[in-house]
Amino acid sequence: MDLGYGTEYEACREQVRVFLRAQWPPRETNAEDATAEQIQSFRRAAVDAGYLYRNIPRRFGGSEQEADILAAQIIREEFGTVRAPMELTGQGPQMLAPTLLEWGTDWQKDHFVRKAIEGEHIWCQGYSEPGAGSDLASLRTTGELRDGEWVLNGQKIWTTHWKRAHYMFALVRTEPEAGKHAGISYLLLKMDQPGVEVRPLKQITGDSEFAEVFFNDARTPADWIVGERGAGWTVSRSLLRHERNMIGSANRSAGLFRSLLRLARSAQIDGRPAVEDRQVREALAAIHGYVETQRCSSYVQLTRELQGRDSETLSLLNKISDTNIGQQVSLLAHRLLGAESALAPRGQPAGRTSGNEKWMNQFMGSLGMAIAGGTSNIQRNIIAERGLGLPRDAAAARDEKP
Amino acid sequence: MNFDLSDEQRLLEETVDKFLATECAMPRVRELFDDDAGFDEAVWHGLGEMGVLGLHLPEDVGGAGLELLELAVVAEIMGRRATPGPFFEHVLAAMAIDRAGSEAQREQWLPRLASGEARATIAVAEGGASGECWRPEQWQLGDGSALSGEKRFVPHALGADLFVVGLRGGGLGLVESGAPGLATQRLEGLDRTRRLDCVTFEETPCDRLPRGAEVATQVLDAGLVLLAADAHGGGMACVDAAVEYAKTREQFGVKIGSFQALKHQLADMAVEIHPTRGLVWYAAHAFDHLPEEASAAAATAKAHLGDRFVDVARRTIEAHGGIGYTWECDVQFWLKRSLFDWAILGDPNLHRRRAADLLGW
Ligand SMILES: Cc1cc2nc3c(=O)[nH]c(=O)nc-3n(C[C@H](O)[C@H](O)[C@H](O)COP(=O)(O)OP(=O)(O)OC[C@H]3O[C@@H](n4cnc5c(N)ncnc54)[C@H](O)[C@@H]3O)c2cc1C
Repeated sequence: MDLGYGTEYEACREQVRVFLRAQWPPRETNAEDATAEQIQSFRRAAVDAGYLYRNIPRRFGGSEQEADILAAQIIREEFGTVRAPMELTGQGPQMLAPTLLEWGTDWQKDHFVRKAIEGEHIWCQGYSEPGAGSDLASLRTTGELRDGEWVLNGQKIWTTHWKRAHYMFALVRTEPEAGKHAGISYLLLKMDQPGVEVRPLKQITGDSEFAEVFFNDARTPADWIVGERGAGWTVSRSLLRHERNMIGSANRSAGLFRSLLRLARSAQIDGRPAVEDRQVREALAAIHGYVETQRCSSYVQLTRELQGRDSETLSLLNKISDTNIGQQVSLLAHRLLGAESALAPRGQPAGRTSGNEKWMNQFMGSLGMAIAGGTSNIQRNIIAERGLGLPRDAAAARDEKP
Repeated sequence: MNFDLSDEQRLLEETVDKFLATECAMPRVRELFDDDAGFDEAVWHGLGEMGVLGLHLPEDVGGAGLELLELAVVAEIMGRRATPGPFFEHVLAAMAIDRAGSEAQREQWLPRLASGEARATIAVAEGGASGECWRPEQWQLGDGSALSGEKRFVPHALGADLFVVGLRGGGLGLVESGAPGLATQRLEGLDRTRRLDCVTFEETPCDRLPRGAEVATQVLDAGLVLLAADAHGGGMACVDAAVEYAKTREQFGVKIGSFQALKHQLADMAVEIHPTRGLVWYAAHAFDHLPEEASAAAATAKAHLGDRFVDVARRTIEAHGGIGYTWECDVQFWLKRSLFDWAILGDPNLHRRRAADLLGW
């Protein structure tokens, strides 16, 4: 068992450090005060050096490096240590770009990939509909090819990032005669057009990050389809794979736990820091057990990947494991807040507060995590059927017959 | 980066597994569960011949010169197979002598302990009403040359040749079977695959291990890792058993494994136990190579696996229906082993408080 990276990789780590010492934070600036231009020029330099967007070809704005899980891990670690900007997050860079690289035409890649990963184009994901959530393939938004254009009618919902989005990638029923899954295509479209109407939805947190999107003869060019007609389900599956990886990250859980620890140090019980309370210590350590389990399990999975082996059931457990950790963190944080847990996290309450009420955002956000990207029950179905080999759900099995 | 067993470790795993599959298969486990002695001398000696009992001991005393990770691999298999009999207490006793003993003590005992010719156990807890009874600071048994008092929760003390005893001040000493004033009494333990005894001393001579106080915590940490490994193996066996049953048992004309409520319960059990193998490995690896992290990792693994195993074992019983509630059904072995792993060497919350201290929270 060897958790080191070997001399070759330690040399690679040293190179990354040399790069970062020269580039981040920008000269005479604190990292927190860096301007958008400084961040952007840092990202460019990091791409040139081969550290970001490693699996994206140079001509699309990536650094086109050979797949190397360990090098990628080292880069993440070192960038994380000095809090240097990493790849942009969001549905364009993390979901659309990999999908186009796998399925897109040359024109689509030329046109969209670079701008997606550089954040020039913001993308949103149009999958869910009022009647199609967990049962996504029952979606009913239609797309009809008329005069060299797709004409879209129907409704999407829970569309995140609508506010800034220039484009949407959407699942649309284009083959009404075909079966449930085989009738779906994957289309790209412009948000700013007369046929697209957005109605923001107010979320449980009071924010409006997601919206309803209505299509009334919305239009998009015939060649803005990704993959074949009717192949949208398959195309979108590879996307969900990317999303699952994005959500299943042990690092994020570890970061969340460190914040919880800070909360436990600042919150008070009987006039003493809560972290000194016996039950709080036990509760913290119980969550720490789960966080450590995820960290060690990620080493196991990383090793299997390096060996070119499948991590079987393990990788299916990541999303729900992270969701469970988020939930436990939120419950303990809630307990530690005491009366301040009754305050709106974004309000401006009269009088003084500790500011800890912002944790109630995490309390609610942890519920979003249990729903978005495949609910926990859907994860359980997948674990039971694909991981443990239990019989397929009768309704779902019936459904998948062509 | 290679966080996986090596080929040699995997071979060890297979060899031990095969040995136990033939020499101590489930029917034999059932017999031993009801048997007075509680374990099979032939299995014990088989393990000794294979070198399993001295994996962690240096080669010059008949060991294999390997580490805690190898012992954890064995403990996991025993957990999976619910193997009755001594193991962790014996290898811990030998580890204590190896690390804290004089040359004479090492030469006298280690070759015989490595081969299994002599059997040892550890006697640490006193009282037992409080979870703290396992911690070296709590040991009260005299530290003079003669001991008077009582140790409880001593695994497989009956028939042991040697006791490594925790002493006041956190030191360790050796007491041989047959020593004057030494008496052993069986406790009525729930887990009949690992028997617990009460040992009393009356002016009993004791041979101190010179560096006992320095290594006591280390040895107990190794024990935490081995119990965590056992719990992982046992928990995996539970999930496997429950899934297997769900695939065979029929009600309402279908396999019960097609009912979503049950499927979700089984999925949740897998979520609890599958990823913990890495946690055990990490704790063993830290014990062997990352000394500054070792105690916190051991405490975390033991605390986490202690609770996970009990939880998964309970749900496994429930998933078996009425048959799960019987003495005949094998899953009871794991429920009872989970209670052993949970309590022995300290309950989860004890080790959570320790981890919190060690991590500087
Ligand atoms: C914060 C947030 C952001 C989101 N962003 C986007 C986005 O950008 N784009 C997008 O397209 N979508 C987005 N979604 C939508 C999300 O993917 C869906 O909400 C999710 O897939 C669940 O669908 P639903 O809301 O229709 O719930 P339903 O499917 O109706 O589920 C309701 C309940 O029933 C349970 N259930 C349903 N089917 C089963 C089953 N077969 N077995 C057991 N239980 C079942 C679910 O687990 C859940 O508890 C977002 C959601 C949230 C919360």
